[in-house]
This record gives sequence, structure tokens and C-alpha cells, in this order.
Amino acid sequence: MATAIKWKIKPNPSTTIALAGNPNSGKTTLFNAITGARQHVGNYPGITVERKEGTINLKGVNVKLVDLPGTYSLSAYSQEELVARNFLVNEKPDIVIDIVDATMLERHLYLTIQFFELGIPVVLALNMMDDARKQGLRIDTGKLSRLLNCPVVETVARTGQGKNNLLQTAVKHTEDNLKTWTPLEITYGAELDLVLDEMTEIIQEQQFMVDRYPARWIALKYLENDAEIIRYGKLNGKVAEKLESIAEKTKEHCLRTLKVPPEAIIADYRYGLINSILKQNIIIQEKTRQERIDFTTKLDGLLVNRFIGPILMIAILYGMFQITFTVGEIPMNWLESFFGWISTTATRFIPEGLLQSLVVSGIIDGVGGVMGFVPLIAIMFLMISFLEDSGYMARVAYMLDRVLRIFGLHGYSAMPFIISGGIAGGCAVPGVMATRTLRSPKEKLATLLTAPFMPCGAKLPVFMLLVAAFFTEYKAQMMFSITLFAWVMALLVAKLVRSTIIKGESTPFIMELPPYRLPTLQGIFIHTWERTWQYIKKAGTVILAVSILLWAAMTFPGLPEQQVSQFETERIVILNTIQSDAERKQALININNHEGQTALRYSLAGKIGTSLEPISQWAGFDWRTNIALVGGFAAKEVIVSTFGTAYSLGDVDPEAADTLSSRIAADPSWNKFTALAMIVFVLLYAPCVVTVVAIAKESTWRWAIFATVFNTALGFGMAVAIYQIGTTLFT
Amino acid sequence: MPKSLRRIGSGERAIVTAVTAEGEVGRRLRDMGLSPGTEIKILGRAPLKDPVSIRLRNYTLTLRNSEADFIMVKKVG
Repeated sequence: MATAIKWKIKPNPSTTIALAGNPNSGKTTLFNAITGARQHVGNYPGITVERKEGTINLKGVNVKLVDLPGTYSLSAYSQEELVARNFLVNEKPDIVIDIVDATMLERHLYLTIQFFELGIPVVLALNMMDDARKQGLRIDTGKLSRLLNCPVVETVARTGQGKNNLLQTAVKHTEDNLKTWTPLEITYGAELDLVLDEMTEIIQEQQFMVDRYPARWIALKYLENDAEIIRYGKLNGKVAEKLESIAEKTKEHCLRTLKVPPEAIIADYRYGLINSILKQNIIIQEKTRQERIDFTTKLDGLLVNRFIGPILMIAILYGMFQITFTVGEIPMNWLESFFGWISTTATRFIPEGLLQSLVVSGIIDGVGGVMGFVPLIAIMFLMISFLEDSGYMARVAYMLDRVLRIFGLHGYSAMPFIISGGIAGGCAVPGVMATRTLRSPKEKLATLLTAPFMPCGAKLPVFMLLVAAFFTEYKAQMMFSITLFAWVMALLVAKLVRSTIIKGESTPFIMELPPYRLPTLQGIFIHTWERTWQYIKKAGTVILAVSILLWAAMTFPGLPEQQVSQFETERIVILNTIQSDAERKQALININNHEGQTALRYSLAGKIGTSLEPISQWAGFDWRTNIALVGGFAAKEVIVSTFGTAYSLGDVDPEAADTLSSRIAADPSWNKFTALAMIVFVLLYAPCVVTVVAIAKESTWRWAIFATVFNTALGFGMAVAIYQIGTTLFT
Repeated sequence: MPKSLRRIGSGERAIVTAVTAEGEVGRRLRDMGLSPGTEIKILGRAPLKDPVSIRLRNYTLTLRNSEADFIMVKKVG
């Protein structure tokens, strides 16, 4: 009954294999196991959900592997499903490796059946076989393969077991089905089958979109009320109207006689088919382990317990803080001394002048200030990756959904918040991208606008610097309070926008809690490394460029000749009048400092900073802070590096081997309340340029500009309040 | 007598008799394996009694009470 379709596509010298499957089926683990670290892994974080590609050479055949986003179905319910489906239909890969979790075959085969209906050649990877054995499940692979009429290979992605067999089977299956799709035709009951036949005939006759999709599949999608196909169909002529009216009539009929829409009947028949296959003794449950309560259920009894769960959640998040800041401090100190040493060496070898100033003050102090935080960021990302890969992140979404809903958000908002820095040290760019899982544009917008409040890895250095300078005895507590404050602000602002400019109902929350799994070391390291590398790359490119730019703005124009000679005269006077060595030295340092400060103030950046002072002084920010904050709009990392440059330009004492934080602590223009106001402002003000672009991509430029202006105004208002109240009451 | 999933207590078992939701919610519920005849077990509820977590087809699914209202079930045992 099935007819084969041969697509007219130019033969490709390499084989393209798509990896598809449900979320948490071990798809990415398998992808990593196959491509490994030695292969090129490209990231495509476009406007759509990212998809990864890798190439390998298998006995002389070039194989391109595409890791598609995890999906439960091909119904185009979410962005991920649409990306996966469009890739299969538009690019027509040679084969799909469908990765299914052997312990949940029933549910995972629902997607497999849909691949069969599309007709694309499929090889089934029966993954997590180790878990299945542990649960006492025995699976008759040979029989399953016969009944499904496709090759089935057992794998354990974590250990890489079965991956070679899988690849060989896939390549062989490709050769047997060169660009030929054989759609499976399932019976959906006498009534629907009749309608499907009628529609298929029309589609065939009119050649309606058959260059892209199999005819019966199109008919099925019309009955399933698939928004994407219906929309696309409208662009392809009058046939669409006819099909729509048939689908509408069928729906009315089904609702009248069976009280369910056709899509429900279709789903029932698919599950029916799966059950009829699995019933034929495919899965044998060993009796001895039948009543075994599995590890996940036991652990969930504790971790998502109504009373203990939330307490443990806070404990886990707080624990992550302690670890990051106690462990991270050690390598941070090494790096700090390392850059200090480079700085001293460069000063010694490069003759005094503009070049020395550029290298030492611009590049080394600027980039070094940022690079020093790499260990901290890496540790944070390591722990976030662990939480994601272990399955705990889904539990956080589950526990927080009800709370987030109060503020007009969604359980799925938890993930973007946490990635953006919700447990300190993320990045708002991937955080903003993670909002794609939110279906409702309103909840998504509210999340988009508030996720940048989180203390991302780039803001952390600023907080660390100021906390070390003014609140050194309460390091962990301060950092934790900053994070809590970020959450409170995010929730309140979300509530504000959701009850004013983006009002609307909440959207459904339907989410799987995946089994707990000990993440693989490789997976965690790849994850951590990818994110850390982004940070390092940013330090080496954007931040280097901005550092040099800011250095130039802080150096030029130089002081006029007349003022320079005035300082020179003062120095000569000191040399001639003061006899005591120590006193003379101190006086010279004072003069040098004075000259440096005067020059900085005279420079372009100094002028900008000074011109903002009348406003910024309300929050206690002086002109140097203004320079850093303006620079921080390009990238938040620049704030610390600008401080580094500003304070090293202003203070040329070669023997002061002190750190930036002690210099700030010693500066008379700073006090605890300036520091607090600064912390709050940096936390809330305009997202960095990269994030603004990401927000615009996920929504519109209007919202991105709104976020920039609104957040800055909010941040400044809070900073002024803190500074004014603090200094009035306590000094 | 079928009743909505919201009315079933923690630890109890039930069989799905109908999923009455249409459109996207209905589709997603069916994609996740909630079809008539499926046996489910209520595992528990989140700290504020919502969402609810259920076990079916050897995996764990969570959904809000407002979605649970669409799922009609018959208690077993």
C-alpha cells in the first residue's frame, strides 16, 4: 500500500545524517560521543533554536551529522519542532537516526511513527540500554526491527557503546534508500481513511505542494489542523480552500458523533499502533524487579517534596555560591599576580611613552582585569551545566511555576533567569535565547525584559571588586543578597509590565521531569568550555577593542604644553627645595598623581564623564565611574577594565603593587553607599549591546530599545534612592 | 464515574477516559502520551499545590491544575 517517492535532488558527495529524538533521549551525548572533541563542531545560534553540526570520516565516506533540537512530536507546536520538521523537509537529509530511550519506548515511538509517516528513512537507536537492563527490561530488538520495518541498534550513549554499529547501519541503510522516501500509511478508522483518500487524490491531481511533502501527509496535516501547513498552503493556490473546507466538515462530523476532534482520533490510532507492536512480547519485564521503585522516583520524593523541596533548592543554590567563591578565589589570585607580573615586565621593557601606556594601561590592565575572572566564570558554568544535565533544572521550573505565575511569568521563565545569572554568573545572551521555550509572546516578553537584571558573569567582577573593597568580611552573604535582590526586582518588574503594557492570560505548563542522570564528564566539560570560551573570546575581541578605544579616549587629547611644563616646573622646585629623601619622594608622587588626574579629566572620556557628573552625582558617581558605566554599555566586562585603566592612569606610583579594589577603597570619593548604589545600578541598567541585539531578535527593536531606556531609568532611580537615603541617615 | 484529574489525590491511580482539550493544549497533552486508556499515578504536587506531577508510560509528567481539568479519569484500586 505504501508508495515510494524519489526526490529529484542532486547527489551529494557526502552523506547527511540527522540526529532526532525526544528531549533527554541522550541525543547530544551521542552526538558528542560520535563527533568527539577532535571534530569540528559548529554552533548556529540563529534566530531559530540552535542546531549543531559535525563531520566525521567513516571509511572514506564523508558523513555530516546534524543534531536537531529535541522534540516530542512533529506537530509544529513549538519552535524546536518547527526547526526539526523544516530541516527534514527542506534539506532532505539522507537518513534520520531516531534516538529513543529504551526505558520509555511507548512514548518515544510516537515521534518515530511520525517519521515513518513522513517517509524519511529511519534507523532507530535504542539508547539507555544500560538503564533498561537495570530496570529489568529485556527488549527483543530483532522482532522490534521486523515489526517496525527499520534497522534497530542498541546503544549506550554515555559510554559510546554501539555507536560504530549505529553509524555503519545508518550508512548502509542510506545506500539502500538513495533519496527515496516510503511514507507509512496508517489506518485511522474507516471514516477518516475515506476522507484522507479523497484529499490525497485532490492533492495528487493538482500537484499541491507535492514537491516538498508526501501527498497523504499533507492531507493528514489538514485534518490535524496544522497551522504551519495551512498557512503555507494558502500561498499555493485555490486547492487550499477546498482542503480546508473538507477538514472543517470532517471536524464538525467527528465532534458531533464522537465528541473529539480528528486530531485526537489520529493520536489515538498512533498510540494504538504502538501498543499493538509492543504487545507482541517486545518488552519483557523480569518479575524479580517489577516492584522496584526506581532511583528517580525515590530522589524526587525528597527533592520536589512540598515541604523539604524548596528548602533543599535554596540550600543547593547557596552551596553553589560558597563553592564558586571559595574555590574560585585561588586560581583568581594566581591570574591576578600573573597579569601583575606581565604588567611590570612590560613596563620594564617598553620605553616610557604612548606605546607603554597603550600596552600597560590599555591592553594588559583592561583585558587582564577581565581574564582574571575566567576561573570564577568557568566554575559557575560548570555547576550550571551540572544542574542542567542532571535533570534538576526541570525540577526547579516545576517548583517555581506557581510562584512565577503570580508575577505573570511561567515555570519556563526559571531557566532563562538562571542561565542569565539567576544563581550568579551566567550570561543574558543565551538566557534571552532560552526564552524560546515560552509559547506565549506575553510571558516571553516579560521574561526577556527582566532576565537581563540577573547578575551575569560580566557584572560579577564589578560586584566582586566593590564587595572586596567595602564589604570584604561578608563576601558570600553580599553576593547572595545581590542575587536575591535581582530576583525580587525581576519579579516585581515582570508583574508591573504584565499588569500594564503586556496584559494577558497565562499559557499552559506541560513539562516532562526527566530521570536523574549523573552527567557525563565529557558533556559537562564541552558545555562549560563552550560557554567559557565565549567569555574568553569576548575578552580577546570586543573587550580588547573597547579597551583600546577607551584608553585612547582617556589619553587624548593630552594636556596642553603649558600645563605640562607647569607640572615640570613644580617637580624641579621640589627636587631643589626638599632635602629629606622620603619627603621628596612623597611630594613627587603627589605631583604625578595630580598630573595624571588632570590629564584624564582633560581627555575626551574625561570630558564626557565630567559632563554627566551633574546628573550622576545624585547617585554618588564621579566622572571616572561615568566613563566606566558608559563603556559598560558595550559590554559589562568593560566596567572593571575601565576602572583598571582609569586608576592606573591616574595613579602612576610604580611601587604601589596594590590591587584595584584597595585603590578604590582608599579613594576618598568612595564610600559604602556609593558602592551599593553602583552595585544596584550595574545590576539593573541597560543590558549590554549584544543582549540588546538578542532581545530585538527574540521580539522587536521597539522592545529592545524599551529595555535599554526603562532599565537605565529604573537603575538610576534605585541608585539615587540608595545613595541619598544612605548618606543622609548614616553619615 | 469519570472526574477531572484535579480531583485525584497524591499516590492514587487512575485511567484516562478522555482528553477534552482542543487546539494546542490538547495536542501537547496527546503528544506527551495522555490518550484514553492510559494508566496514570499521581506522584505529588508542587509546594503551592500546583502544578501536579504524574507518572505514565514509565516517565514523569508535570502539568498545572488548569490543564488537569481537561483530563477526565476513572479511579482504579
